[in-house]
Amino acid sequence: MTISSASAAFTGNDPGNRLYGPVPDVTGQSGYDDDHPKRVGFFTDTSVCIGCKACEVACKEWNTLPMDDSHGTKDVIGMSGMSYDNTGQLGANSWRHVAFIEQSRAVDLPMPTFGRPGDDRHDHGPSVAGSGDHDSTAKAQASVLNAEALSEFDPQTGQSGADKQVRWLMSSDVCKHCTHAGCLDVCPTGALFRTEYGTVVVQGDICNGCGYCVAACPYGVIDQRKDDGRVFKCTMCYDRLTDGLQPACATACPTQSIQFGDLDELQARADARLATLKEQGVETARLYGRDENDGVGGDGAFFLLLDEPEVYGLPPDPIVTTRDLPAMWKAAGKAAAMMVAVAVTAILGSRQR
Amino acid sequence: MTGGITSPGSGWRQADQGPATQRSTGRKKRRGGGWRGRGEVAMVDDVEFTSYYGRQIVKTPVWKSPDVPLYLFLGGAAGSSAILGALADVTDRPTLTKVSRLTAGGGSLLSVVFLIHDLGRPERFLHMLRVFKVTSPLSVGSYILAPFSAAAGATAAVELLGWFPRLKRFGGVVAAVFGGPLATYTGVLLANTAVPSWHAAHTQLPYVFGGSAMAAGGGITMMFTPVEEAGPARKMAIAGAAIELAVVHKVENDHGIVSEPFHEGRPGKFMRAARTCTAAGAGLTAVAGRTRVGAIASGTLLAAGSLLTRFGVFEAGIASTKDPKYVVIPQRERLAAREAADLASTTTS
Repeated sequence: MTISSASAAFTGNDPGNRLYGPVPDVTGQSGYDDDHPKRVGFFTDTSVCIGCKACEVACKEWNTLPMDDSHGTKDVIGMSGMSYDNTGQLGANSWRHVAFIEQSRAVDLPMPTFGRPGDDRHDHGPSVAGSGDHDSTAKAQASVLNAEALSEFDPQTGQSGADKQVRWLMSSDVCKHCTHAGCLDVCPTGALFRTEYGTVVVQGDICNGCGYCVAACPYGVIDQRKDDGRVFKCTMCYDRLTDGLQPACATACPTQSIQFGDLDELQARADARLATLKEQGVETARLYGRDENDGVGGDGAFFLLLDEPEVYGLPPDPIVTTRDLPAMWKAAGKAAAMMVAVAVTAILGSRQR
Repeated sequence: MTGGITSPGSGWRQADQGPATQRSTGRKKRRGGGWRGRGEVAMVDDVEFTSYYGRQIVKTPVWKSPDVPLYLFLGGAAGSSAILGALADVTDRPTLTKVSRLTAGGGSLLSVVFLIHDLGRPERFLHMLRVFKVTSPLSVGSYILAPFSAAAGATAAVELLGWFPRLKRFGGVVAAVFGGPLATYTGVLLANTAVPSWHAAHTQLPYVFGGSAMAAGGGITMMFTPVEEAGPARKMAIAGAAIELAVVHKVENDHGIVSEPFHEGRPGKFMRAARTCTAAGAGLTAVAGRTRVGAIASGTLLAAGSLLTRFGVFEAGIASTKDPKYVVIPQRERLAAREAADLASTTTS
């Protein structure tokens, strides 16, 4: 029997070895020697994703994943009926999932019009109460200029119709390889483990299909293959990494939306990319899973998104469930003591026959 | 920026108005249902939220029903009976001792069967004992269940066969030591997940299951014990039922939107039936527990109440994974609260 290295984290006092919060060296914390490889990860920049799904195909091919429909049912061709997304979700048979969202919004662009200029804008546009006609017209023009300028470099913005804009959001989702991985924490067999690259992988010959990891993942990534009984998820192509190759999805991505590399380098690259986009006025751009102070201690696979996380089917503020485990064990201990106390009272409070 | 097209909250909406991508939490009970009815009836928890085509975010646990609820019930009943049995043994109550030991032994063996049957690879159940991990309630639980079922099973067996009377007492005490943890760890087992309605109640579920275990264990043992000797079983059952009812009430009402699944649909029915059975069973025990018929009726009601509570809690958690609102809305509220706190701290400093 081995005592899991995760157990040492349980005191919560060791700053390098905790149940939540930043961990500077997650691989070293898991017990690897100091000469372990650097932590690797994915930076998925959704602003350049074209939704081609080459990552999904490459992943299925390399990992010989079975075909399934948009609800994860194996060996079924099924259309989701909701969009170009027929993969639907991450699961045991889909380790990459390209989300597809079509959005539109009204925008005040100058219209060729037979009325007085500005008449067609009375409904929209910034109109400050109390300000004069001149002011509001100037503001509307500034806004128009801005909109035109932005549409040139926001890669996912197109125009359809004069007053309506449409954009497609596409994002290739994947296992986040969390710093504090709920699946890894709760696995009772040790089938899930932290690799020397800082990723989280299931050992198929150990997993007994208890399914605890499925319920523990705050992102809903890992799932059980029903006819097999065991659980499966992205390994970040552990087999390729050990041979010095990039993961299949990153290799296949034609736009470098999926970038693989050392995590610290990717983080720096992501920060720079975000700064560039912000500078260009893409204010909805944000990094997801980048912050090591978040509920899972930061993700090994993180994203640049152009809208709120839940739009892409991601939880807005995930927290590793084990963060609250000390409180739970305390409650269970007290409840067990309560049971003994009640039983003793019941015995003492009853007369002997 | 002067309200450019990509500024925050710049009004991007799902283009095809697909079902449930942007919708309010609009409850089914509301008149004129459907998400389009938003704004007609002002409700406090009628919040708008976004999701990816209404798809769930966290995965639904693959744990099977009735395997897991039955495991929770049997483990609880066995655990509390083991405690009662050991105490009855040292205070010289031979029939209560015997009944408690048989309940504990039978319950523990059956619960092991259900636990193993629920595995995706049952033949690998021994892998549960490969490692010991405090971060995994199922690992800890395996190390509770294994010695408990061994001790309780052996004690029940020698009780039936009548061998080794002294070893019997030792086995009974070992089972009693693990009995409490066995009954309450299952609360942690469910709560230590990303399932919204379970995790929110993470400090309460151990008490719910502990109370429910005493109601079930007390109920079952008092059915099979002569009424004059079953006093402790009755008292434990009543106390357990009271604790169960009180804490379940908190679970059902303390947690805002994630308490909702405990009231709606099938889990809601289970929870209401559980409350009725447990309350009736406890009342009947107090009134008529000293008669044979009363003991059997109230014991059955208490056990049924405990079983229904397990099913209700289990199914409520399952239901809470299937609607993204139970994930998105609490997390949004958490983010908003954190932002407000940050703002407050920066303005004061």
